Amino acid sequence: MSRLGLILLALVWAAPAAAADATAVPWWIWPAALFAVSFVLGIVGVLAGVGGGVLFVPIVGGFFPFHLDFVRAAGLLLALSGALSAAPGLLRSGLASMRLAMPLALIGSVTSIAGAMLGLALPTNVVQTALGATILAIVLLMWRAQKSAYPDVPAPDPLGAALRLHGVFHDPAADRDVEWCVHRTPLGLATFAGIGLLAGLFGLGAGWANVPALNLLMGVPLKLSVGTSGFVLSVVDTSAAWVYLNRGAVLPVLVAPSIVGVMLGAKIGGRLLRVVHASTVRKIVIGLLLVAGARALLKGLGIWN
Amino acid sequence: MNPHEDRIPHVQRVYARWLDWGTHIGLAILIGTFVAYVMDLAAPHVSFDQLTRIWSLPVDQYRAAAAAPAGWGWVSLAARGDFMNYVGIAFLALVTIVCYLRALPIFLASGDRVYSLIAAVEIAVLAIAAAGILGGAH
Repeated sequence: MSRLGLILLALVWAAPAAAADATAVPWWIWPAALFAVSFVLGIVGVLAGVGGGVLFVPIVGGFFPFHLDFVRAAGLLLALSGALSAAPGLLRSGLASMRLAMPLALIGSVTSIAGAMLGLALPTNVVQTALGATILAIVLLMWRAQKSAYPDVPAPDPLGAALRLHGVFHDPAADRDVEWCVHRTPLGLATFAGIGLLAGLFGLGAGWANVPALNLLMGVPLKLSVGTSGFVLSVVDTSAAWVYLNRGAVLPVLVAPSIVGVMLGAKIGGRLLRVVHASTVRKIVIGLLLVAGARALLKGLGIWN
Repeated sequence: MNPHEDRIPHVQRVYARWLDWGTHIGLAILIGTFVAYVMDLAAPHVSFDQLTRIWSLPVDQYRAAAAAPAGWGWVSLAARGDFMNYVGIAFLALVTIVCYLRALPIFLASGDRVYSLIAAVEIAVLAIAAAGILGGAH
């Protein structure tokens, strides 16, 4: 697995030179390379529990020849496809709560539209620089974030109680029923407004932020947070995706191989979960994000083009 | 069959069923149209040679260079290899709206006014985004 990380780092180091003159290589090299990179990102995304979108935008945006507008749209569609595919199973198994997700998704979808419009209106170097800074902040969040399998919620807040944001879910691993309720609902709604804005602005998907917000802020059990985050993503990313789609920022040659690559990679990643050390993968992902975030920041500032 | 399924709300199970079908159909269309595109079974609006020269441009400049439409203008070019792919992508982006439209009467029938309102507003937000009213289609 560490060799895989080294190969990936070598590839991303060599790619800018090739990307600088995209016409020098046959066109089909790029979708083939996208498929290969997305396949690997799909594997490590599942193993590290971050999804492919957050890795895809900074890596493809930094090391492939496509303009960032198209990469952000592809990142959103990629995260959307993954969320749409996963959501039915999560909803059926009770590992996602539609009732919990709907108010958060509503506020997130409104702000994600605003984020997408803002991203398409701002100069590319500003978006690129902000993307780099955000990715580096995500690295810090991943490095320091804690998780709580069953957070202690002393009492539900009035808004959460009024919306009946509580229930029982069955944890299949522990083979027991877990009662849950939420607190800090107004703060949770405000946080999801911010997350939606970032999702639309950068096309990152937002599982990296949704899960800590649900789990650590609102007190939702970890597994229910992960499942509900997937459902929220499917709604929030749909809203922002329409803005990019209507602007014509969708390149099929970029979107289709990426979606197929990530989804196939995610399937392999799911099988590898039992045999690979999560901590090793986590370090690789943090390393990749550090390089990609630094690349985006330096590219945005005009230091590393 | 999940033995704990009986405690999962009816609306959630219905939503999951519609989402499952919609996603499978959307992905199948996307993969099928992409294969047709790269196999050159349908001539693209923007040739691959031209594409590699302009895909590094910001989207508005790209559209001008490619004479590509904004908004739902792609529908008139849906027979071309590249814009054919928009069918699957648009289908995937419409699935959530359709699922909410299916969930809304269930919330209404159960007398859950708050969630009926949330579902109705979400449908309106998604429909406005899909219509390109909010600055998407220039």
